[in-house]
Amino acid sequence: MAAKVTTNQSSIKDDSELTANDPELQTNVSSKKRLSSSSNMLATSSLISPTGLTSLISFIVLTCAYISGFMSRLFSVIRFESIIHEFDPWFNYRSTAYMTENGFYNFLNWFDELAWYPLGRIVGGTIYPGLMVTSGVIHWFLHMINIPIHIREICVFLAPFFSGLTALATYLFTKELWSRRAGLFAAAFIAIAPGYSSRSVAGSYDNEGIAIFALMFTYFLWIRSVKTGSVFWSSCTALSYFYMVSAWGGYVFIINLIPVHVFVLIVLRRYSLRLYVSYSIFYILGLILSMQIPFVGFQPVRTSEHMLAAGVFALLQAYAFIDYLYTKIPRAADIKQLFFGLIMIVGLIVFAAVVVLTYAGYIAPWSGRFYSLWDTNYAKIHIPIIASVSEHQPTTWTSFFFDLHLLICLFPVGAWFCIKELTDERVFIVLYAVFASYFAGVMIRLMLTLTPCVCVLAAIALSKTLDYYADTETSDMSTSPVVPTNDGDGDDTESDKNNRNLYDKAGKPKPIPGRRGTPGTNPEAEEDTSIVSSNIKTVVVICIAMMLMLFAVHCTWVTSNAYSSPSIVLASYNNDGSRYIIDDFREAYYWLRKNTPERARVMSWWDYGYQIAGMGNRTVLVDNNTWNNSHIALVGKAMSSNETEAYKIMTMLDVDYVLVIFGGMIGYSGDDINKFLWMVRIAEGEHPKDIREQDYFTENGEFRVDRTGSPVLLNCLMYKLCYYRFGELQTDFRSPPGFDRTRHVEIGNKNFDLQHVEEAYTTEHWIVRIYKVKKLANRLQAKNALRQVQRRKSIYSTTKKVAGQARKQGVILNKPQIKKGTKISKRKT
Amino acid sequence: MSQLGQVAGILGKLNNEYQTTTPKKLKLIDAYLVYVLLTGIVQFAYCLLVGTFPFNSFLSGFISTVGCFILGASLRIQLNKANQSTFNVSPERAFADFVFAHVILHLVVVNFIG
Repeated sequence: MAAKVTTNQSSIKDDSELTANDPELQTNVSSKKRLSSSSNMLATSSLISPTGLTSLISFIVLTCAYISGFMSRLFSVIRFESIIHEFDPWFNYRSTAYMTENGFYNFLNWFDELAWYPLGRIVGGTIYPGLMVTSGVIHWFLHMINIPIHIREICVFLAPFFSGLTALATYLFTKELWSRRAGLFAAAFIAIAPGYSSRSVAGSYDNEGIAIFALMFTYFLWIRSVKTGSVFWSSCTALSYFYMVSAWGGYVFIINLIPVHVFVLIVLRRYSLRLYVSYSIFYILGLILSMQIPFVGFQPVRTSEHMLAAGVFALLQAYAFIDYLYTKIPRAADIKQLFFGLIMIVGLIVFAAVVVLTYAGYIAPWSGRFYSLWDTNYAKIHIPIIASVSEHQPTTWTSFFFDLHLLICLFPVGAWFCIKELTDERVFIVLYAVFASYFAGVMIRLMLTLTPCVCVLAAIALSKTLDYYADTETSDMSTSPVVPTNDGDGDDTESDKNNRNLYDKAGKPKPIPGRRGTPGTNPEAEEDTSIVSSNIKTVVVICIAMMLMLFAVHCTWVTSNAYSSPSIVLASYNNDGSRYIIDDFREAYYWLRKNTPERARVMSWWDYGYQIAGMGNRTVLVDNNTWNNSHIALVGKAMSSNETEAYKIMTMLDVDYVLVIFGGMIGYSGDDINKFLWMVRIAEGEHPKDIREQDYFTENGEFRVDRTGSPVLLNCLMYKLCYYRFGELQTDFRSPPGFDRTRHVEIGNKNFDLQHVEEAYTTEHWIVRIYKVKKLANRLQAKNALRQVQRRKSIYSTTKKVAGQARKQGVILNKPQIKKGTKISKRKT
Repeated sequence: MSQLGQVAGILGKLNNEYQTTTPKKLKLIDAYLVYVLLTGIVQFAYCLLVGTFPFNSFLSGFISTVGCFILGASLRIQLNKANQSTFNVSPERAFADFVFAHVILHLVVVNFIG
């Protein structure tokens, strides 16, 4: 045995890689001997060394995760075409196209006149450029090596490409936290989890596609730097944090979670010099790097959201200094009290300073977007635009299961395992789990930040379970004394290995050395584990495998049915199952592009602004950026007022065309009438005297568009534009003409005429309706419709009636008396 | 009074221990750290007196001093023989990391200084 040990020193060093770089394990030489002895058997029995086999399997699993993640996001490209989806991605695509045509500096300094009509938009200073720069770099690189892919294809496929990289980053992160096996599970989970793929399907060209990759990679580097205390890893963390800041506004999550981690470590008495080095360098480099993004600007030193990081930084400096002094002084008990007292005082001073500066106005208070995460009613009252976005609604219980299936059940188990075997880095993942759970409960959109955490913890739980149950060889050992291992994760080796070598059956495939593990922390359980025979363990493993297969099926089904719709192209299915494409949006935008003057201004609700600017290439008044609430309120007021009032607003805003979305003919429920109440609320916020939400409801408080609807609603501009000529249309012989299929009622105001707008274009299924705003009439309409002609009095008739004089037929009245010889006197009339 | 005396005694002991136990290399780094600290204080005082007009320049300069201080302190910590158990980096590796971080820091500072 000893001889074999000495010849396998190299494999010992390699095997240390398998046990997750745990320094304590390297001192456990006896276990290493057993590892090497059995691995030696493998080495001599086959050509592949155990480390080689481990690496090969890791590589294969990660490649499969990458490919499956990429493939599962391609449903909409296969079913429809390679097109940019939804609303926001159209703006990102337009900016990227602008950048590839005009160069990076022109992009940074771009002033967009096509958006927010009279105001324009400073694009360079109001976006997170990471997404565009990433696509631009890939585009430049591919063109440099003469692969001419169009920028649209790069934009469409960027998110699936980065989802594979996210799987890699999650693997690395979990490997640091627990073990390589858990890492492989985590990579597989995050590759297909619907919570993540919902925001990163092919065609969804949005910040979250690359931001989650940057998030996991930054967290991996942070954990690495906390574990090693190396300046190099901390600098890399700062660089990755810079990439994250350039990619997404959710970087605030990182810059708050890491200080909370540091603070909790200090509170838990886990302070160490590695922590000091890693956090200080990360904070300083990250601070100055994050201010390079124009949109972020000076916020990191001026707003409350970033003050926690600064406060913890100051506290950490004080703690390190006092700790250094403490090491210099010979130990004394009362000094310790002084020490903690000093730390508390410093903490309180820092906190008080932040509060004072906030009240003095030097530090801006929490912005509305983040404050509404704390006080969930705030947005509904004060910022209706934030409240109106469907992604900002609270999460329902079912959506947790829908997006995460099996993982949400394993997630608390993983968190419990991490708490039980606590190390510095596992404090981090537990904190991440707590905060991400809270935020995911507040807003559906933030399910995305919960998903990586759930994948990691579920992978840990599953890995630890399978460590025990998948190991069917040590089940019949009972009497060997247990050597308590001193490492925390499932990577331990046992004295059972000794017996294993004796009991090896010929020809039975050896498990990979890394996968060997039994829960070694509880000595009493060791004798009990012998009760569970290998058959039961196999049954459990089969059950777990079946659950995982169900998970994979569920994820694919959800991604295919719920999250792969491009929303710009609708599809419905006929009775015989064949597909019927509804392409009205593109039809209308293309009509705008070809049939309107180049500088025409289009007024629509802000949802469609990016699409009109992107596909129609026309100036819009308001778009999805929603940075100017008053402007949006003006548009809302125009849509909610009657035609004459609306015409005044439209002439003031210099509008040429109005675009509305109407779903009543085919039953499309995302149309403007369904969004109308939000328009009213937003308009009411700015013009409370002119618009009142109550006016648009019936007396019972219902929102109805039929005869019982409120007259204000039935005469407003939005109603008229949507239902113009709809009263003549009978979609189905069973229903009356003018039957709205979305609201399932017959409309109340039919057969009206429009006075100030005229219909320009209506698409095939009446989904998009475009109206041209008529100029003021040349002549005002006269008060009397018929012309009154003033006639002069006729000489042959008199208005006076001579009393008593009968009008005999044939009598000439006032016959001139002719006297022979005298001139006729002048007529008096 | 005895408290003050106690504190003075502790400070004296600290000073004595510092002078005798720290190696020359670390004292050199400590002198550098004090210098950087002074530079930072001077910059901050200037900003308080004269105003923050080119705020990016002030921030860039101030963060440069803080960054140099932190990196110097990290180098000192990693070179200190007493901390050999927590960090297992050789002095050359520590210095190489120091240089790497400084390159990043100064590139950003020069970009931000405006």
